[in-house]
Amino acid sequence: MADRTGMVEKRGAGLWLTHLGLIIGLLFIFFPIWLAFVASTVSQPEIVQPPMPLLPGDQFFENYRKALVSGINAPVAWMMLNSLFMALGIAIGKIIISLLSAFAIVYFRFPGRKTFFWLIFLTLMLPVEVRIVPTYEVVANFGMLNSYSGLIFPLIASATATFLFRQFFMTVPDELAEAARVDGARPMRFFWDILLPMSRTNIAALFVILFIYGWNQYLWPLLITTDPSMNTIVMGIKQMFPSGDDIADWPVIMATSILAMIPPVIVVVGMQRLFIRGLVDSEK
Amino acid sequence: MEKRVTFKGLWLPLLLVLPQIVITAVFFFYPAGQAIWQSLFIPDPFGLSMQYVGLGNFEYLLGNSYYRASFVTTAVFSILVTVVSMGIALYLAVLADRLIKGSGVYRTLLIWPYAVAPAVAGVLWLFMFNTRVGVVTWYLGVLGYDWNHVLNGGEAMGLVVVASAWGRISYNFLFFLAGLQSIPKSVIEAAAIDGAHFWTRFRTIVFPLLSPTTFFLLVVNIVYAFFETFGVIHTITSGGPQQSTTILVYKVFSDGFVGQDLGSSAAQSVILLVIVGLLTIVQFKYIERRVHY
Repeated sequence: MADRTGMVEKRGAGLWLTHLGLIIGLLFIFFPIWLAFVASTVSQPEIVQPPMPLLPGDQFFENYRKALVSGINAPVAWMMLNSLFMALGIAIGKIIISLLSAFAIVYFRFPGRKTFFWLIFLTLMLPVEVRIVPTYEVVANFGMLNSYSGLIFPLIASATATFLFRQFFMTVPDELAEAARVDGARPMRFFWDILLPMSRTNIAALFVILFIYGWNQYLWPLLITTDPSMNTIVMGIKQMFPSGDDIADWPVIMATSILAMIPPVIVVVGMQRLFIRGLVDSEK
Repeated sequence: MEKRVTFKGLWLPLLLVLPQIVITAVFFFYPAGQAIWQSLFIPDPFGLSMQYVGLGNFEYLLGNSYYRASFVTTAVFSILVTVVSMGIALYLAVLADRLIKGSGVYRTLLIWPYAVAPAVAGVLWLFMFNTRVGVVTWYLGVLGYDWNHVLNGGEAMGLVVVASAWGRISYNFLFFLAGLQSIPKSVIEAAAIDGAHFWTRFRTIVFPLLSPTTFFLLVVNIVYAFFETFGVIHTITSGGPQQSTTILVYKVFSDGFVGQDLGSSAAQSVILLVIVGLLTIVQFKYIERRVHY
């Protein structure tokens, strides 16, 4: 980028100091992840005799196989599947209901529209952590404990995405809707053929953010999945620690921690552009 | 803002908003209302009936030394997490902004922690500082320092702060870097021509121009430290030792689910609700101003 090459960027020794500073930062970021990876490739005796090695061992396949197939309370492969369902359910569910309601409040005049708008505005203010006890009671009364719907619905009950799509629809030129109306297109046809294709990037960016949000949930699955076969991987890790004085099975626990971060890391790094866009959008 | 062109219809729009209305009513407004309602009652010991106590739960909480201590803990914790995480992120963003080539590579690597769930970050840091097997604990021992966050409240606080701040660096870094890159190069070069050195330029030009980003991040990080760090605290310390890391959200959980004290837990939820409400108003007031660019 030629316009950013100016006189204030560093060259020579200053440039190397800049790189050095960044590399120190990277070491701080990656040291915990590296140690977890190393621990997931060595045997239990190597860890309980501190200090543990700082380079990977030869137990990689053994530890990951053990974690994925048998785990400690439930097979980790199964917990990852639960996490996947939960994350996809939250991302897709929230995008669908938000697209529909944003379409309605932007493109229609119906009674109660203003009230509805303010109601969804209110939901922006309350994270699920604040209303856990009563939400738990609602979910229990519906018999939704230990179920995917119980994991998903309470977390899509907020309007951040509706807000986002509303903002975007407001920027869509009026001529498009006008033309659709003149052509006699029905509202849903306009929605499918014009609005939805135009929102593709916004939808994808939001999907990335919501997928990570869903995958990384902790408190809610901890409360409502008492059955180990319904545990998600992020909350399941803590359940793998023994109660009392027994020594934790560190290689399997750390292999599980690595497995828990792989899908969101792939999403964030692989879809970096969309991720950054989603991050900035959802904070506006 | 209103659209000029709209479609006609009454049932269709109502049908379109119905899924969201039903889900928010059942899983949001009803539970939030319940929290406010329950905060006015105490259940009898057998859970058979509820006794109306008005604001009694609130009076009790505000007079309760554990609850007041939890307030202080939360304040200390949030301020430390915010300052540590924003400080490191700003340092890295300033460095990355100075690079002409290669800042993309650093960015790709620095966004990793965003993908790591707070609870997983907690497990990673717990592993390093574990009193029995932790590598850092062992090397600290070699240096003559006896690390034990299970017994030492200050060390426990330090550990949950670092683990929480670590997970937040990516987010702050991305916003700081975007903020830095939006500062016109000509302004900085003009100062350089006038002989201002890096530190002077940073203090007098860059940091002031960055203040909208900084203020925004302050609010967002405090909200993060209040709510999303539950996983870190639960995995590393479970609020201990002696409640020294029991932040308000953790207390809602431990009183409501572990202690089964529903009235008090609901009243705590209401207090948190007021705090988030205030923070959100601050944030929106500020964002309203920011969009007039």
